Amino acid sequence: MRKSERGMRNSFTVAFTLNGKPVSLEVDPADRLLDTLRYQLGLTGTKEGCGEGECGACTVYLDGLPVDSCLVPTYQVRDRSVETIESLEPGALEAFERCGATQCGACTPGVVMTARWIHQHRELLRTHTIRELMAGNLCRCTGYDGIVDSVEEAIGEKAGGTTGERPGKEERGQR
Amino acid sequence: MNVLFPASVSEALDTLAHDAAAVPMAGGTDLLVHWPVRIDAHDRTYVDLSRLDDLKPLTWKADELVLGGLTTYWDVIRDARVGREFPLLVEAARQVGAIQIQARGTWAGNIVNASPAADGVPVLMAYDATVVLASRRGREEVPLDRFYSGYKDMRRRADQLVVAIRIPRRSCSFQVFEKVGSRRAQAIAKVGLAITHSNAGWRVVAASVAPTIRRCPALERLLETGARVSSPEDLYPAIAQDVAPIDDIRSSARYRTRVMARVLFHDLRQFWGRNA
Repeated sequence: MRKSERGMRNSFTVAFTLNGKPVSLEVDPADRLLDTLRYQLGLTGTKEGCGEGECGACTVYLDGLPVDSCLVPTYQVRDRSVETIESLEPGALEAFERCGATQCGACTPGVVMTARWIHQHRELLRTHTIRELMAGNLCRCTGYDGIVDSVEEAIGEKAGGTTGERPGKEERGQR
Repeated sequence: MNVLFPASVSEALDTLAHDAAAVPMAGGTDLLVHWPVRIDAHDRTYVDLSRLDDLKPLTWKADELVLGGLTTYWDVIRDARVGREFPLLVEAARQVGAIQIQARGTWAGNIVNASPAADGVPVLMAYDATVVLASRRGREEVPLDRFYSGYKDMRRRADQLVVAIRIPRRSCSFQVFEKVGSRRAQAIAKVGLAITHSNAGWRVVAASVAPTIRRCPALERLLETGARVSSPEDLYPAIAQDVAPIDDIRSSARYRTRVMARVLFHDLRQFWGRNA
């Protein structure tokens, strides 16, 4: 990657792993990962909601952690691993369909990415509730219960009572 | 727009020394908000820190915990030892946005973004953290409670980079972090409070009620006397000396003052109850 004169809109090559496969492409320094995925790579499953890191519709994994791709400069994914909703295995949405966890669908790709991450890291449920882990994905249709139910069902925690208030904070809402 | 990719901290400091307008970029969770429409922000030089592995680790020393310049909220949340020794760091980190932000946002970024509503800064300040700044001209350490001089004004020169945050290891007899927002997650604080009591004394740090995150010396003095108050209203005189809340899009000055008094009273009553 070359250094260049100030103020010039130069482009450069960024190589990274996308859904398990190597990719290499020319990007503008001002490109966000979200736009690179959607408009250069045609992976339109990742949605833009708010563009400010609030709604989570653009959630992808960066080196295995959920991130908002609207807040990631594409140049920062060089040599790293990115996974998008397109890497989803068929059948992964069954619990969502059963529990009514989706309605208009705008938030669903991001919701599913976070849900799958929880599914892959159940040890997190020793310290976190599903609701806390899903808090970065806003949904204006379902009211969240369907989403939380489907995550519980998918990870077989239905009887575990992992939803609800964060432990030790029950008094918080009563002030 | 131009981005530079220093291969080492030393190279990054060279870059900042040569270009006073260059902006260090870590997790991007503040700098990329509404990025496409912030055209003026595109006409700048950014210094990408994301490959500077030297700045990533969180290090335990005999008498202090040192966060690196790139240590994220998630790094802290996942460190069980931080949870035991500095529980407020974990508690505050878990209230910054949600996992998507926690995975990318850095403690150093929270400090230099200098928001009066920051979540990470109050707990660092209540633990007496020191900001370690590096530049070509050398290393400088600034206690966090003396780092801010006014709204978004701070003791960081443009050629300086926050390379570490040092937090002394002390045992606290009381510690609590409170964030009051419109909802529990993804909300910006209307009032934030971090309170600690250790052999170094009381620390009361308030957020969202002044142009900067700040310690509350009048409240700290009141607590040092051992005096107990019998209602939230009794805290108003000290609160009036310490903070200057405003009416803005998120809340009103009156609401903020009342909530601060009530939350503070609620927490202190627990402390007094335990030490009756």
